[in-house]
Amino acid sequence: MKIMLNNRAEIIEGDVFSISQIMVIKSFKFRMLVVRLNDRLIKKEEYETTLVKDGDDLKIIHLVSGG
Amino acid sequence: MPNFNQIRAILSQKTIGIAGAGGLGSNCAASLIRSGVGKLIIADFDTVSDSNLNRQFYFHDQIGEIKVNALRENLLRINPFASLQMHAIRVAPDNIDFLFSTCDVIVEAFDDASEKEMLINYILTNYPEKPIVAASGLAGWGSMESLRVVESGNLYVCGDGESEAGELNPPLAPRVNIVSNLQADKVLEILLKDRF
Repeated sequence: MKIMLNNRAEIIEGDVFSISQIMVIKSFKFRMLVVRLNDRLIKKEEYETTLVKDGDDLKIIHLVSGG
Repeated sequence: MPNFNQIRAILSQKTIGIAGAGGLGSNCAASLIRSGVGKLIIADFDTVSDSNLNRQFYFHDQIGEIKVNALRENLLRINPFASLQMHAIRVAPDNIDFLFSTCDVIVEAFDDASEKEMLINYILTNYPEKPIVAASGLAGWGSMESLRVVESGNLYVCGDGESEAGELNPPLAPRVNIVSNLQADKVLEILLKDRF
């Protein structure tokens, strides 16, 4: 499937993945994240159950300390 | 293109909330006041310390003062007519409504990543129509081209998304100033969109 991941087109082999699976495939390791699927906020407890499909716009934004 | 008086006429009607008055919040506030934003609501519980002066908009003779009091002084020296509402409290889910519900745009200017996440989640959940301009990734020096704004609906995140501040990678004035001003510039862009 082809999705937009953080504004970049990404092709992932397969039809459908959960957000948790995509985080593993794409090695997102930071603890603090904001995840939005098609501009909708996805909470931590929904990462396992929320499915990403072809054409979706996914943003996984790292939040790191400093300010 | 509009002149500065036309820009200021619009900005003077706006209220911006700033959560945190450290390196991001204090510098962002200065730029917003210089640009003519009418009212700022700023919350921070901390006091000015020596280690803040490498990047925050405070002065040596303000060490020990409550940050929001010191910042009020400094901002009023730029514009004595600015409307400032300062709160010396720790921002938490039970006071966000009280602090920021009247703001046109909210600036997330915390240091700690879990506080950033708390505020962003709260605003996206409870005020989905309100723009929030956050920051993530600004420690160290160099790699200026990696600093950017990631947008998703009403959420804007400024920084490189990965340079975490720590003992061995401290935040320094140039990058902190750039990111705080990326935030201020994004606020202006949001407020002035479709106005000219």
